[in-house]
Parts: sequence; C-alpha cells; structure tokens
Amino acid sequence: MTLLQVEALDCRYGLLQAVRGVSFDIAQGETLALIGANGAGKTTLLRAIAGAHRPATGRVWFAGADITHMPAHRRVELGIALVSEGRRLFPSLTVEENLRVASARRRGRWNVDTVLDVFPLLKPRRHMPAATLSGGEQQAVAIGRALMSNPRLLLLDEVSLGLAPVVVDAVYRSLGDVIGEGATVLLVEQDLTRALQVAGRVVCMLEGRVVLQGEAASLDRDRVVSAYFGLRRPA
Amino acid sequence: MTVANAVLQGVFLGAFYAVLACGLSIMFGVMRIINLAHGDVAVLGAYIVYVIVERTGVPAFVAFAVALPVMVLLGYVLQLTVLERSLKSGILTPLLATFGLSIVIQNLLQLVFSPDVRSLGGSAGSVTTASWQVTSGLSVSALGLLVLVVAVLLFAALQLFLSKTRAGWIMRATAEDADAAELAGIDSRSVYARATAIAVGIAALGGLFLGIRSVFDPVSGPTQLIFAFEAVVIGGMGSLWGTLLGGIALGVAQTVGAQIHPQFAVMAGHLLFLAVLIVRFGGGRLVLRTA
Repeated sequence: MTLLQVEALDCRYGLLQAVRGVSFDIAQGETLALIGANGAGKTTLLRAIAGAHRPATGRVWFAGADITHMPAHRRVELGIALVSEGRRLFPSLTVEENLRVASARRRGRWNVDTVLDVFPLLKPRRHMPAATLSGGEQQAVAIGRALMSNPRLLLLDEVSLGLAPVVVDAVYRSLGDVIGEGATVLLVEQDLTRALQVAGRVVCMLEGRVVLQGEAASLDRDRVVSAYFGLRRPA
Repeated sequence: MTVANAVLQGVFLGAFYAVLACGLSIMFGVMRIINLAHGDVAVLGAYIVYVIVERTGVPAFVAFAVALPVMVLLGYVLQLTVLERSLKSGILTPLLATFGLSIVIQNLLQLVFSPDVRSLGGSAGSVTTASWQVTSGLSVSALGLLVLVVAVLLFAALQLFLSKTRAGWIMRATAEDADAAELAGIDSRSVYARATAIAVGIAALGGLFLGIRSVFDPVSGPTQLIFAFEAVVIGGMGSLWGTLLGGIALGVAQTVGAQIHPQFAVMAGHLLFLAVLIVRFGGGRLVLRTA
C-alpha cells in the first residue's frame, strides 16, 4: 500500500527553485533514503512533506488524502513526523518536557518511558535543559520527540550531521529498533554507504530533480556516485 | 525616614507598573510583538469596568470579574483577526498594526465616553482610603499593599504555569522556535491567540488598578504604555521576574526622584531607563531575533 505520494512537486524560495517537479512514492513499511549533494533540495523536499514549506505547485498525498495545503501541526496528527536538520530542540525545556510537548493524540507504543528505553543515554538527562546536552544526546531527543507522536511516516534529515562516528553508530542502532518495528522511514543521509545499508530503496537528487531511483541492492555504487555528482545523467 | 518611605511607596507604585508591563512582556516574549496598543487596551479594560459599575452599581472588583472574560475573549479574537496576519509580514508590520489599533481604541473611547476624566476610586470601597501608620514617617496604604500582593501572586502564577504545566511548556516551545513547534504538532496560531488573550486579560487588571489609584480618560493609554515599556526593558526584555523587578525599580526611581524635586519624578524613571539601555545594549549588543 502506498503511504506517501509526491506528485510533480515544485518548491521555491523567492526566485530560487529548490525542488523541480519531483515525484516519488513510499510504500507502507518501506525505508527510503534520499541522497544527493548539498543544495540538491533534499531538506526542502522533506520540509514540504512535513508541511513546513509551502510548495509552489504539485501535490502531496498521505494515506490516500491530499495534504498539500494542510498545516504542519495537523500532519503530525495524521502521523507524519520530521526530525529537522540541526535538531531544533527547545533549549530551555528539559529532555522530558521536549518529549512531552510533542505527544500528539495518536495512540501507539511511544511515550516518554519507551523513548527513554530506546535511548538509554537520555535517562540520566531526563530533567536537564536540552541546551546542556551533547550533540548525540540532542539528536536522540530530536528523534525521540518525533517518535512521541507515534508517526506512521518518520522523516529524518541528516541525523548524523555533526556527530562523532561512534555516536552516529549508536543513533543508527537505535533507529534500527524503530525501523524494525515496521515504521515507514524517509531519510536524508550524506553518507552513501550508510544510506545504502539502511534503506531498501534510494532516490538520488541533483539540483532539485530526481536523477536516479531504485532498489538499494540493485544499484551499483558507481552509478549512484555519478548521479550524486551529476557526472553522467541517466538517459 | 522620608527616603525609606519614598522607597516603600515606590515599591507599591512599581508593582502597579509591573502589572501593566506583564502583558507587554508576555507578547514580546512569545511572539516578539511590541504591542503599542497595550496601554490603550488597559484603559479600555478600565472603561468596561466603569460601564458595569455605572449600570449595575456593583463594586469595581466585582465588575472586573465580569469584564475579565470579555477582555480575554477580545485578546483571543484580536490575535486571530489582526495580529496573526500582521505577523506574517516581518517584524515592522505588527508594530504598525498595534500603533493603528492604539489610535482606533483612543478614538472609539473618545466617541463613546467623551474626553471627560473618570475614576473607579469611588466604587472600590474602603481599600482606596485605608492605611496603616507603621512609624511616624512610614505608612502603608491598603491599596498599595493590595496591588503589590496581587502583582507577586500574578507573576508567581505565570511562572508556575510556564514551568509546571504542559500548556506552559508548549508556550515556551513556541516562543523559542515556532517552526520546530509546528513540526512537533503544536498549533502555533492557537498558542499565540492564548498568549494574547492572557496578555489582554492582565492589561485589564492593570486598567482596573489605574482607575482605582487615580483617574483615566480616552488618551491615558500611551503614558501607561511608556511606563510599562520602561519596566519591561529595565527588567530585561521577555523575562518574567525581570519585569516585576523592572517595574519596582522604575517605581522606586520615580518616588525617590520626587523627593529630590516633585517635578523630577517621571524624569528620574526615564533616566533609569536610559541608563539601563546604555549599560545593557551599549556596544551594539541589541540583537533583534527575526526568525
């Protein structure tokens, strides 16, 4: 079953066109990696799906409903959660408060305790302001905050950015638990190897367009690399 | 002893300024809106109380209990209809919108109530005249004490709301990062409307105290706004307890200034305000958050 369908989406910042006619879809339970160089439009695309950026044209469908003009907070209620690039925590709120402001009405397995079980490093930090946490801890809170709404579709924007490799491993191990639960995940990742490892399918963007997509297992690395840098455009 | 008395009276006066400043501080803290109509909203609240007192003969405090929900609702609607739209177009537009609102409120009040001066002092009972002589040079007025107690309770209640309740966390989260709050499932429009509703309700309380302490007319708002604004800036913009302390500092500066010369009272407050501005924001440290 198709959970998310993006149809000929155009996103602009004034005169700059960040996303150009992008179409793709994600099936329920699938993990899809969105890759591409800096400025390829990945973050904008994710923000448009989450409702934080209003697309110029095109449509976004979620679970059969047209959500193109729905505000972000209502999409969260429908089950779309975005972990923003740069974490974007509420700095003066404690870890627990950061999690609890995001608990939507949707029922599911995620609450403060289950999130802390998946990210045990947060347990001793529970009552500390988010501003005092390390980068890895902040990333865990950001992912936990997205999980609190019990999303059907989890959007992850560069969760490894600015983190030490050992911390990235820990974050992805925890994500493995989440993905293993049958969640649908759309992730943006700069690290190609990791993206191909985690995702079932890969969509590669270049200058706002989709230049390559396919099953992660069937794509050979050279083709992905050339699409990534735009060395040789597929016919 | 006269200086001690001046300081004490300054604390009472400052508590009144803090109540006036509280709503201004909330709106700035949550939405970065400097509400230039805040003083006029307070005066509007005083007029609503006045009308209820005139029509029914109930004491001013009872009339306020009736006026409060009206003002809270007014704040909610004001945010959704006027301020919400202005917020979408940069930081200057809300300033202009509230400036316009200030003029509209003043002219409506002129139209309905004429420029006559009114007071709520006569309908507030014995609290306006009662006082205790502590020593020969030191006296505590019942009204001053009442305003101080109410101000402290008000700020304590707001502090508890913001730090202990989920609605308070949501308000702080939205204030810190409205975009991230939306993505966490928070309806920022509704949070803003609630913040303005609270601010307008507290402004009405300030209007009640204004009317009981002294007199008001349709153009009293801007003067109150200036004192409220000075209290907010002296206390550190957007900080709640700072606003209470800022109001008290302003009140003390005015009453101590009056000891030096009766006409120096308001000027002393302005000088304190300017001194704080120079010390805190001198050297280009004033940074307006735009996003």
